[in-house]
Amino acid sequence: MAESMLKVRDLSMRFGGLLAVNGVSLDVEEREIISVIGPNGAGKTTVFNCISGFYTPTGGNINYKGQEIHALADYKISRLGMVRTFQHVRLFSQMTVIENLLVAQHRHVNTNLLSGLFKTPSYRKKEQKSIDRAVYWLKKVNLLEFANRDAGNLAYGQQRRLEIARCMVTEPGLLMLDEPAAGLNPKETKELDELIVSLKEDYNVSILLIEHDMNLVMGISDRIYVINQGQPLASGTPDEIRANPDVIKAYLGEV
Amino acid sequence: MKDKFFPALIAGIVTFVLAFPLLGLSIVADGLTLGLEGADTKTLGYIALASLAVFFFQLWKSNIVAVAKSIPLPKKAYSSPAARSQSQRDKREKLFTLIVVALALVWPFFASRGNVDLATLVLIYVMLGLGLNIVVGLAGLLDLGYVAFYAVGAYSYALLYQYFGLSFWVCLPLAGLFAAIFGFILGFPVLRLRGDYLAIVTLGFGEIIRILLNNWTHLTGGPNGIGSIPKPSLFGLEFGRRAKEEGNVPFHEFFSIDYNSGYKVIFLYLLALLLVLFTIFVIRRLMRMPVGRAWEALREDEIACRSLGLNRTIIKLSAFTIGASFAGFAGAFFSARQGFISPESFTFIESAIILAIVVLGGMGSQLGIILAAVAMTVLPELAREFQEYRMLMFGLMMVLMMIWRPQGLLPMKRRHMELTNG
Ligand SMILES: Nc1ncnc2c1ncn2[C@@H]1O[C@H](COP(=O)(O)OP(=O)(O)OP(=O)(O)O)[C@@H](O)[C@H]1O
Ligand SMILES: [Mg+2]
Repeated sequence: MAESMLKVRDLSMRFGGLLAVNGVSLDVEEREIISVIGPNGAGKTTVFNCISGFYTPTGGNINYKGQEIHALADYKISRLGMVRTFQHVRLFSQMTVIENLLVAQHRHVNTNLLSGLFKTPSYRKKEQKSIDRAVYWLKKVNLLEFANRDAGNLAYGQQRRLEIARCMVTEPGLLMLDEPAAGLNPKETKELDELIVSLKEDYNVSILLIEHDMNLVMGISDRIYVINQGQPLASGTPDEIRANPDVIKAYLGEV
Repeated sequence: MKDKFFPALIAGIVTFVLAFPLLGLSIVADGLTLGLEGADTKTLGYIALASLAVFFFQLWKSNIVAVAKSIPLPKKAYSSPAARSQSQRDKREKLFTLIVVALALVWPFFASRGNVDLATLVLIYVMLGLGLNIVVGLAGLLDLGYVAFYAVGAYSYALLYQYFGLSFWVCLPLAGLFAAIFGFILGFPVLRLRGDYLAIVTLGFGEIIRILLNNWTHLTGGPNGIGSIPKPSLFGLEFGRRAKEEGNVPFHEFFSIDYNSGYKVIFLYLLALLLVLFTIFVIRRLMRMPVGRAWEALREDEIACRSLGLNRTIIKLSAFTIGASFAGFAGAFFSARQGFISPESFTFIESAIILAIVVLGGMGSQLGIILAAVAMTVLPELAREFQEYRMLMFGLMMVLMMIWRPQGLLPMKRRHMELTNG
């Protein structure tokens, strides 16, 4: 079998006396939507933080496209093509919508100071290219008409979509979404559902998803991992998870 | 009212207790021993008055603050509230800039020598304010040792002239370069620190440079400073009575007009104006370039930046380095204008003044900084008899600003990138 795109093995993360993540393993293949679910405080976001390099895991290893990344700096990891959104939206709220997308392309634009000061043709060309890419994605997430508005003034659902667009302009291989449907109304959730599927189908992006909305998760996931109190509880297809007595117990036991 | 009475009373008493020994008593030499002498009744009266003022201010603080807040200020000083398109605003701004520049160019020929000289000083502070604004206002890094880069620039020119006889025009870019190198070297290790720690380290760096200049006597002349630094020449024309350098001709001889020391002052002013315009131009470009956007993004949300692959150390470092280079230019010009520099000119107070200009101007806005630089330089000159109380006035001004307009005179209305259809 070919190597997985993302391979997490035996990941653990300890905060002082608290073992927030304990022995979690997961695989993401190319063009797959993988969900991570679990009750509140289960350690899902912590797993994301470890994978994206915001935390250095205290145990286990993480491999992305054949490269060990668990000790790599966060910005280097995202340069490899793994970008994420946040549970609480993190936009550059005083910058315009389009500027948010341009900042995200910082690596792709010409950052040579002199060529920018003199506005050389190659600088203009690259700047134009990044604007075009930004416009493309704004269209895709239905935000083009707000391009010149401050990101902080967008409605919540729009901010969520902008955050996804901001990831997509970096042309990632793996997109990690932390509760993207939280706070959305049913119509917006449905649009999000379609957007995520389209990212996979049309742009060949793999998606790692944390979500509490079970309809969404069950509908789009290829496979699901369940985490409970930092421990892996189950994994499998949506149907298998739905029928798994442990999962039902963990969720119902909560209520 | 009653719950405010006692705090106000205490504040008044504290004022009296503090002010009386400081201002109301003076030490006099009484033969070989020192004696204490009470001040005259006039001073005592002032102290009592000040205590009363503090008392009543504290008593009615909420009312006073409310009144101060209700004083309206134009929200956006140079763009009308009606939603204009960016290009329209650009046009107005261009016109406004042209008029101001034209006025600034013509003005010195009609103004008095003293005023032109003062204006030159203002322009130096404008340049320093704009440079520091990159670091503090745009990149959000609190730098309390900015004067160090100013000193590096000034000494670069002075020393390069003294030891190698290099001219101002050669030294100007070199001074910027050296200041930038210092900024880079300092920035590399310290930009990992956050907020307060960064402020302390830069503060220390500013002092280190000054102390170094003070003590490296055989190179820098120590506290005696370096003198007879030549003024810049205009394509080989000098502004002294006689040319100092071989092959140069005095300006007045070349045009066969009478010697007038006023020409020199005007020339320096125009040169400073040119440097300021250059600074404004470069910074405006930078703000719209990817690096400028990255500075702002980093200030807004560092975590989001990291998640998008921006290397924060490099980005901060670029702000620090570029900011430092402008201080270097300003420093080289300063030593050319003064003709004499010593470590005295580069104390912490200078850093504080420049920072005050940035804060007062409204972090990030260029027009605000220019206005603030004018205010901070001209006001103390106008009120010369209050020289000793300059710092007191700064303090008062800062407190009032915090109450009245915490976002600065003209808060930054950044020129946003706008998408035009088509
Ligand atoms: N930086 C940290 N320091 C200490 N404890 C932390 C830290 N980050 C997370 N934790 C703890 O780790 C546990 C898991 O938190 P995490 O945010 O990963 O949960 P989650 O599954 O994302 O929950 P939710 O569904 O509410 O978002 C919690 O008990 C949390 O308090
Ligand atoms: Mg979470």
